[in-house]
Amino acid sequence: MPELHFPWMEVAILLPLAGALCVHFFKNRDLARRLTIVTCMLALVSALGEWIDFASLGKFEAHDHWDLFALLFRKEAFVIDELSAPLLPLAALIYLVTALSTLRTKVGRFSFSWTLVSESILLATLCCRASWTLVVLLVVATIPPWIEMWRRGRCTRVYTWHMAAFAVLLIAGWGWFQWTNRPGEVALVAGALLTAAALLRSGVAPMHCWMTDLFEKATFGTAILFVTPLTGAYAVMRFVLPIAPSWALQSIAIVSLITAVYAAGMALVQLEARRFFCYLFLSNASLVLVGLELATPIGLTGALCVWLSVGISLTGFGITLRGVESRIGRISLADYHGLYDQMPTLAGFFLLTGLASIGFPATVGFVGLELLIEGVVDVYPLIGTAVVGAAALNGIAILLGYFRIFTGRRHRTVVSLRIRPTERVAVLLLSGLILGGGLFPQPGVESRHHAAVELSRQRIGAKLEEPEAVATHAPTDASDD
Amino acid sequence: MTVELLFHLLGVAVVASPNILLAILGVSTLLGHPLDEAVTGRLTSAAVLFGLLPAVVILLLMLAVDTRYVPIELGDWIAIDEEHFHFHLKFVFDRLSVPFTILSFVLCGVVGVFTRRYLHRDAGYNRFFLCYACFFSGIIISSLAGTIETLFFGWEMVGLSSALLIAYFHERENPVRNGARVWSVYRLADAAFLVAAITLHRLTGEGDFAGLMGSGPWPESVANIDPFHALLVGSLLLVAAAGKSALVPFSGWLPRAMEGPTPSSAVFYGSLSVHLGAYLLLRVSPILDQSLVLQAMVVIVGAVSALFGTLMSRTQTDVKNALAYASLTQVGIIVVEIGLGLRYLALIHIIGHAALRTMQLLRAPSLLRDYHNLENAIGSRLSHSSTPLMQLLPLNFRNWCYRFGYERGFLDTLLDNWITHPILQFLRWSDSMERRWTDWLSREPSRESDAVELHPEVNGRDS
Repeated sequence: MPELHFPWMEVAILLPLAGALCVHFFKNRDLARRLTIVTCMLALVSALGEWIDFASLGKFEAHDHWDLFALLFRKEAFVIDELSAPLLPLAALIYLVTALSTLRTKVGRFSFSWTLVSESILLATLCCRASWTLVVLLVVATIPPWIEMWRRGRCTRVYTWHMAAFAVLLIAGWGWFQWTNRPGEVALVAGALLTAAALLRSGVAPMHCWMTDLFEKATFGTAILFVTPLTGAYAVMRFVLPIAPSWALQSIAIVSLITAVYAAGMALVQLEARRFFCYLFLSNASLVLVGLELATPIGLTGALCVWLSVGISLTGFGITLRGVESRIGRISLADYHGLYDQMPTLAGFFLLTGLASIGFPATVGFVGLELLIEGVVDVYPLIGTAVVGAAALNGIAILLGYFRIFTGRRHRTVVSLRIRPTERVAVLLLSGLILGGGLFPQPGVESRHHAAVELSRQRIGAKLEEPEAVATHAPTDASDD
Repeated sequence: MTVELLFHLLGVAVVASPNILLAILGVSTLLGHPLDEAVTGRLTSAAVLFGLLPAVVILLLMLAVDTRYVPIELGDWIAIDEEHFHFHLKFVFDRLSVPFTILSFVLCGVVGVFTRRYLHRDAGYNRFFLCYACFFSGIIISSLAGTIETLFFGWEMVGLSSALLIAYFHERENPVRNGARVWSVYRLADAAFLVAAITLHRLTGEGDFAGLMGSGPWPESVANIDPFHALLVGSLLLVAAAGKSALVPFSGWLPRAMEGPTPSSAVFYGSLSVHLGAYLLLRVSPILDQSLVLQAMVVIVGAVSALFGTLMSRTQTDVKNALAYASLTQVGIIVVEIGLGLRYLALIHIIGHAALRTMQLLRAPSLLRDYHNLENAIGSRLSHSSTPLMQLLPLNFRNWCYRFGYERGFLDTLLDNWITHPILQFLRWSDSMERRWTDWLSREPSRESDAVELHPEVNGRDS
């Protein structure tokens, strides 16, 4: 397998772990925050290095140079491919901007050490393909938010039940698939278990209540970091896509479409900002799933583009809401707040990120949504228009949210609520990506299309090898734990 | 330098000018250093001038070389050759787009100059001009669009800037509510437009108007689409046009839009934005020609809108609302003309109406003052007597028309009662079901958000 020129992945995974260890012993929360920011920056640099290095190789997949894990375990656990190459820098960026935008008011409640641990787990997850390593990492990733809620004295039952079900389904499904290795119905059962696990983790209705509960009970930052990297979609891509028959994928696409429209509608009736964000995110994440399940090159390209645009735009949207919440407390959407005069930059950024998430022209979301709609309508001419409906409802919800938070009354204060320098850095970084990706989309689209074609080929290859593939095949995986 | 190259350079200048203005104002706002009033005003004037002059030169050149169709190809913005997916950037100067573009530049320029004084030292000056630049860019892109995707691009920009400018006086609730309402209607219209664009693509494999409308420049082209598909696509485009131009049943948003400052009311709802729906119908008029049923629908929608508009304009108690409904009446008549195939008449009607209504709306604040001065001078109210035709009608019928007009045709009530409220009721019921489920799982009330204060910023929670 081709090798990168430097152990980028290992550095990206180990740096946050090392940072978490150091931060854990810092009593001074401000110093802990600064160290976290530095660690996240270095992790981002490493992830970007991985992406650039991988792109320069011109191969479909590669592993690290001086692969420590391969040396220790004699297996290539961490492999990067065209699908996951941009996801690592995206994940690192999400953590960096969240750390940058953490104000002093949140520092006491937001655990930087656990944040870095979860970043390490996430980056490791994105370096894995379908394997027991991936299963373990997906299950372990659910632990830090649980610990935080437990420490805050919040009821964890809703989250626990759902994540426990996820873990059981995932382990049972993968185990069944690996150990029985028989064709026909058995593979179908294993596939069904894996699909249920991935959809539960993605929050597809009606299994989405854990997500709203997480946003209610955990800190806003932790909840954003847990959902915006779209780990559920990653699980779908690695476990479900290579093995599910076409009829199953189409069924999942329809369920995801229903979730997208339902969540978009639910966002309209929420009276609190976190729940509003959660449903907005759920709607957009479901659109990504719709595209992934189409399994056509155009649909997959659209899904992969929307994945990146949703990650960037909704992270920005989330940190804006978090920034407002840091200033005034939990935000009620039952009345107007009139905060524009105090936070004009945050208001503008709220609008920019919100519009990017709905695919407004000249933003990073526009092209992906166009491709996605094209792909969906190709496969489902009538039902595909529901994607357009979901985007329309999301657009209405976003502007309603903007008007509620930033307009509608005059709010006077003697305390400055203006944007802080570190927040401005995060805002400018994401704005640059949103507008740059929107005005010059061709390189991104080409890269995602290439990945989509490879994904389609793998799927066709896996189907052609059935039932032999079911007996011997570990989908898209070099090492089988 | 060849004529083609000259056309290309001038065409690029026309399209680029408002976009450069938008980029400058947008970036300066994003960086937290908005430009001062004088600079903003001069930049706006320069953008209008450097767009208008090339547009006029293009018109003169087209007349000189006797050509009726000048395409400006900027290449593929996005291309996936293997999937035959292209987002082609193409702008077209023809008998439809050139007059509308010149009209847009002139009216935007007039409104820009007016606003420099009207909003002088207003706190939202920069915000206004940012939204204005977004609108300016959107209307130019829409009017010159050579593909349906490019038209959609501009269409969305016009919609967003419209909603934000309605909510310009955002320290009050009413403008904000009305802005949200208008945005909701726009989004639904945009959805219909997008579905129509995608359907056209699937049916014809084309997004380019030249390919869609067949051979010949506007208005002589013939669409290569069968009547059934023309009806399907045309109906969707009619819904989109109705939403944008406030035709029935979407007329309810038009008076709400008058909450915005007078300059934006003039340029949006007097002149340009309100005609964008009619412009879209003109642009796709070859599709309308393929279906008699579709033409009938267009005529009916236009006629009903004109009737509604004239009834409602007579019952309004403020000048801007009266002018808004007067606009609706004229737009309805324009749409009837389009449905009847009278395209040049419709275009001339648009230009004349836009100019007149802009003038009336810009004059509206000072008109009221003029009336007050007149009444002070004569010492009594100005008399208003009904026309002889009205006096022939039974009193009960006149009263019914008055109530109907005063309630604005009950359109908003109908839309709310039959569409909005049932959907919101279902969603709230779903929310309550979810609450019951999480409460049952948790064995306790699961929603901390229920305890969120309505106005924590007022109760001293500012950090």
